[in-house]
Amino acid sequence: MSAETVFYLMAGFAAVSALLCITQRNIIASALWLVSTMFSLAGIYVLLNAQFIAAIQVLVYAGAVMVLFLFVIMLLNVGRGQSDLRGAPVRFVAVLIGGALLAQLFFLSRVTPGGMAVLAGSAAGAGSPMGAFPAGQTAASAPVAQGVVGAIAEPLFRAYLVPFEITSILLLAAAVGAVVLAKRKL
Amino acid sequence: MLLGPALLLSAVLFTIGVAGVLLRRNAIVLFMCVELMLNAVNLSFVAFAQVLGLGGQVIVFFVMTVAAAEAAVGLAIILAVFRHTRSVDLKNINLLQG
Repeated sequence: MSAETVFYLMAGFAAVSALLCITQRNIIASALWLVSTMFSLAGIYVLLNAQFIAAIQVLVYAGAVMVLFLFVIMLLNVGRGQSDLRGAPVRFVAVLIGGALLAQLFFLSRVTPGGMAVLAGSAAGAGSPMGAFPAGQTAASAPVAQGVVGAIAEPLFRAYLVPFEITSILLLAAAVGAVVLAKRKL
Repeated sequence: MLLGPALLLSAVLFTIGVAGVLLRRNAIVLFMCVELMLNAVNLSFVAFAQVLGLGGQVIVFFVMTVAAAEAAVGLAIILAVFRHTRSVDLKNINLLQG
C-alpha cells in the first residue's frame, strides 16, 4: 500500500470516530471513540514525518489525558439516563454554523505555502512564510541528519527554550490548582 | 507530502468538534470536543511543519502541554460543580444566570 492509501484509510477512520464520539449517548463509548480518533491521528503524524509527535500523542493524549477523562466519568457515575443532545432548533443552528465554518476552512486549506508567500508579499511587501518559524530545516530533511528526537530537540532547546521553561511553571500551577479545586477541605 | 489532504482532515475534525460543543449538554463531552478541536489544530501544525520548518512540531508539543493542564483543571472544576449540583448537565449549571 502506498502512503496515500494508508493516509486516506486513517483519515476516514479518524473522521468516522470523531462523528461517533459526538453522537454516542453513552459517555464512556464517546470517550473511547475519541481515543480511536487520537490513535489514527498518531498514525497520520508518522506519515507526515512527525514520529516523535506521534509517540507523545499516544502517550500523553490517548494515554494520560483520556485516562483522566474516563477516571472522572467513572468517579461521577454519569452518562446513564436520557440523551443530552440538544433540541431540534439548536441542532439546526449547529449544523448551519458547522457548514459555514467547514466552507471557510476548506477555502483556507487550499492556500499553499507558495500562495501564502504571494499573499504575504502583496500585503506587507516583506517576509516569506519561512520567516514565521525560527527553524530552518523541514520535517522531512532534519531527521536524516539529526535523528527523530534530535531534530525536534534542536529548535525546542535553542529557539524555544524560554517558552519551554515557562511550560514547567504552567504545569506546576495546573497541578496545584487541580488539587485545590478537587479537594473537599484543605 | 500530503499537505492539502491533511489540512482538509484538520478542517473536518475541527468542525466536528465545534458541532459537538453546540450539540451536547454534558460538560464532560464538551471538554472532549475541545480536545478534538485541539487535535485538529495540531494536525495542521504538523502538516505545515513539513514545508515551513520544525518549529511547527515544537508548537504541537506546547499545545499538548497546555491541553493536559487544561484537562486537569477543567475536570477538577467539573468535579467541584458535580459536588454542588449533583449533575454535570449544563442546564442544571445556571448559577450565574440572571
